[in-house]
Amino acid sequence: MSLPLDSRHVAHPEGADTVHIVNVSRRRFLHQSLALGGFVLAAGVSSAPRAADPPKYGADGMPNGWRDSPLIFVAIADDGTVSIVCHRSEMGQGIRTGIPIIVADELEADWSKVRVVQAPGDEARYGNQDTDGSRSTRHFFMPMRRCGAAARMMLEAAAAAQWKVPVSEVQAKNSEVIHTPTGKKLSYGKLAKAAAALPVPADDSIKLKDPSQFRYIGSGKQKLLDAPDIVTGKAQYAMDTRLPGMVYAVVARPQVYGGKVVSVDSTEALKVPGVLKVVQIDPTPGPPSFNPLGGVAVIGRNTWAAIKGRQALKIVWDDGPNASYDSTAYRATLEAAARKPGKVVRNDGDYSAAAASAAKRIEAEYYIPHLAHASMEPPAASARIVNGKCEVWGCFQSPQAAHDLVAKRLGMSGQDVTVHVTLLGGGFGRKSKPDYGVEAAVLSKAMDGKPVKVVWTRDDDLHNDYFHTVSVEHLEAGVDAKGMPVAWLHRTAAPTIMSTFQPNEVQEANWELGMGVINVPFAIPNIRIENPDAVAHTRIGWFRSVSNIPHAFAVQSFVGELAAAAGRDPKDYLLEVIGPPRVVSPQMLGDTWNHGESPERYPVDTGRLRRVAEIAAREAGWGRTLPKGRGLGIAAHYSFVSYVAAVVEVAVDDKGEITIPRVDIAVDCGATVNPERIVAQMQGACVMGVGLATVSEITFKNGRAEQDNFNTYLVTRMPQAPREIRVHIVGGPYDKPLGGIGEPGVPPVPPALCNAIFAATGKRIRQLPIRDQLKT
Amino acid sequence: MTQLTINGKSHTVDLPSDTPLLWVLRDDLGMTGTKFGCGLALCGACTVLIDGQPARACITSIDAAKGKKITTIEAIGLDPVGKAVQAAWIDQNVPQCGYCQAGQIMSATALLKQNPKPTDADIDAAMAGNICRCGTYGRIKSAIKQASGQSGAMS
Repeated sequence: MSLPLDSRHVAHPEGADTVHIVNVSRRRFLHQSLALGGFVLAAGVSSAPRAADPPKYGADGMPNGWRDSPLIFVAIADDGTVSIVCHRSEMGQGIRTGIPIIVADELEADWSKVRVVQAPGDEARYGNQDTDGSRSTRHFFMPMRRCGAAARMMLEAAAAAQWKVPVSEVQAKNSEVIHTPTGKKLSYGKLAKAAAALPVPADDSIKLKDPSQFRYIGSGKQKLLDAPDIVTGKAQYAMDTRLPGMVYAVVARPQVYGGKVVSVDSTEALKVPGVLKVVQIDPTPGPPSFNPLGGVAVIGRNTWAAIKGRQALKIVWDDGPNASYDSTAYRATLEAAARKPGKVVRNDGDYSAAAASAAKRIEAEYYIPHLAHASMEPPAASARIVNGKCEVWGCFQSPQAAHDLVAKRLGMSGQDVTVHVTLLGGGFGRKSKPDYGVEAAVLSKAMDGKPVKVVWTRDDDLHNDYFHTVSVEHLEAGVDAKGMPVAWLHRTAAPTIMSTFQPNEVQEANWELGMGVINVPFAIPNIRIENPDAVAHTRIGWFRSVSNIPHAFAVQSFVGELAAAAGRDPKDYLLEVIGPPRVVSPQMLGDTWNHGESPERYPVDTGRLRRVAEIAAREAGWGRTLPKGRGLGIAAHYSFVSYVAAVVEVAVDDKGEITIPRVDIAVDCGATVNPERIVAQMQGACVMGVGLATVSEITFKNGRAEQDNFNTYLVTRMPQAPREIRVHIVGGPYDKPLGGIGEPGVPPVPPALCNAIFAATGKRIRQLPIRDQLKT
Repeated sequence: MTQLTINGKSHTVDLPSDTPLLWVLRDDLGMTGTKFGCGLALCGACTVLIDGQPARACITSIDAAKGKKITTIEAIGLDPVGKAVQAAWIDQNVPQCGYCQAGQIMSATALLKQNPKPTDADIDAAMAGNICRCGTYGRIKSAIKQASGQSGAMS
């Protein structure tokens, strides 16, 4: 390897004194909330931005921003192998192929020579690594293009110097630099050493490719770089970490949020063959944030011994203040809250007057339960401490947070902690919270630094998740004589994710409200959005698509209900409610967050929302005659600065069994980097959307999540998955900002399905999951 | 002492006889390609072949597996059908996170060895025990068809 040199000495855009904000992922959101809400977060959070600071958006607004130096991200070996560092975590979204596509294209690298290398958690070096919010491609497209282009220019300069010709006479092409007048060539492998010694071009001198010259970006032809390892069992997930002398741990954690160990009798556990030690993990005071819940760990010579040992523990628990949390009772609490006025979070026109004088009033209420992420790989992490230095391996979406929390918990300097990022066997937001990484470090310390792997079993994962919130969405509309809404009221009642970070928070944050409830881009003159209080009784966290799920389900179902009441075609009605194409400032919609993006660069474009609805409808053959028991349903939703519409075709048989012959999804995320993975993400999001619409639900009784495994927490299996999922990508120019892809596919699917069920059967679904509601 | 024949090689382990094969493979023998997903034979991530039949390693005790031919993901590529399945998986870009795919490939290989030209319904029935939370089912079905030499694989 000759490129890079030791780039730790390379200055980065924000200078060496970048502030580390610890503790929380989606840290910018919280940071912003801090500025807006005036509350105090857990220790470790830096000061809020000063009022005089201009707002920062996109990657600039994230902790530690971005880096674009090829000395950090690119290494070319003598044999021409091009190693590209991926600093974002791979959880199935395809970023370990996507970032190399961007860099290699600008670099003019031969794709067959490209390898991907995973960065450890080190944001000072790599820039922000919080892999959530559907941000990786949209935030790092330009920095990674500059990175690849800068490396290409350095290789060209090195060749020109070697040939003693002007750099204007040389051109990089497919891992070689060619002297155009003579046709002489030098391979990247031969040039790398000399290139690495040259200065990195300044950002304003970097010559990016014209997008018409892209070879990989936008093509979708590159195979997944990790697939060969995945299909042979060689791919390394956090569950697969193996270290010499490793021991294995499982932890008995409080089953009720806020519960604590009163006493533990480990006599029987220690008699289990292979059990080595029982260790109590102290709970972390205050709100859970990303810290361990505490409990009792059993450490064994293999995982099975630890599991058997845990079964033999006798623990007396104090269940604490949430011991009576009960989903049935709590639903009634949320419904009562949603039926009374709450904090007004958007108020356009005069809802009350318009509703009072409307030709007709229509109301509906929707219920969306708690969900668990249930990634196929439950949380897992390994740690060891050698000579005062701790290394952690884990499936982390936020490796810097894992790093900072481990250092804090062990009382170590940050320099003495290294966090390695494995592949993530699914993440969906759960693995943004590295509590399990801290557990591994605590247990390694308890074992005098011996390598310890903490394994969460499936029941651990389902009992102690950071659950998707539970929500009652109450909607009312006043419609005119033609059935079009002139007044729109939406009350959203759901415990907030902020409750996980600070006590007694009962209102949704601006970034939860900005997920499809306040920022409905509808042509309705009188809109009032309210957010009644809701107290959290379990650990709430973000789940893929987050609050967009309940909001889109309610809003898009309600539009379907209004269309039916008006006797109108649902697609035509939806387009009319969206209104004519127009570009709207998010602030005009009451959205101060806008997914962390600039309101100028990322306004809400109702023309784009209309277009995805029109494309999905056209491709699905909207209006075609269907046999009895079949129906088409449509929904369109804007989230993560992308526009997605779904048309679901459903078949409901005489017994009320659902099958889904086909789904058409249209997506406008702007320009595309890897359309093949966009298709995959939309297909996967559709399956997840179908699962949460039809079968998935976490319920609480006596404070405990009632579901233990996949026999009670149901998810979509192959026979229930849509038979065909057709994805239609709108595309866009590369000089316009990109949208997100990992999350925006989920929200339109449940309402499109339920609108289709209405078309097929006349039955309106207002509570998820559907389960037996159609059974006769 | 329990003697296990895994991928044609004999291993002797000194563990309680009720220990699930899964943890012996993963923790004691270092073969981590077989995944843990549920521990109750509900997700299929730990699927291996025992005497050619798909089995969930998480509920198969080493006592029950002794004396039988155990095949794991690490060696399924030595089987021509398994190799074709792996190649189709790569060609169709099936994986997302990839964690469940070893189990999916083992189940798919077992299916094709018994039923070289499965219908959609055959595939649904054979694969219903393997969960993919990323939702790659359509690609899995396409790849199985491709590996079986059937057309109609959707992209």
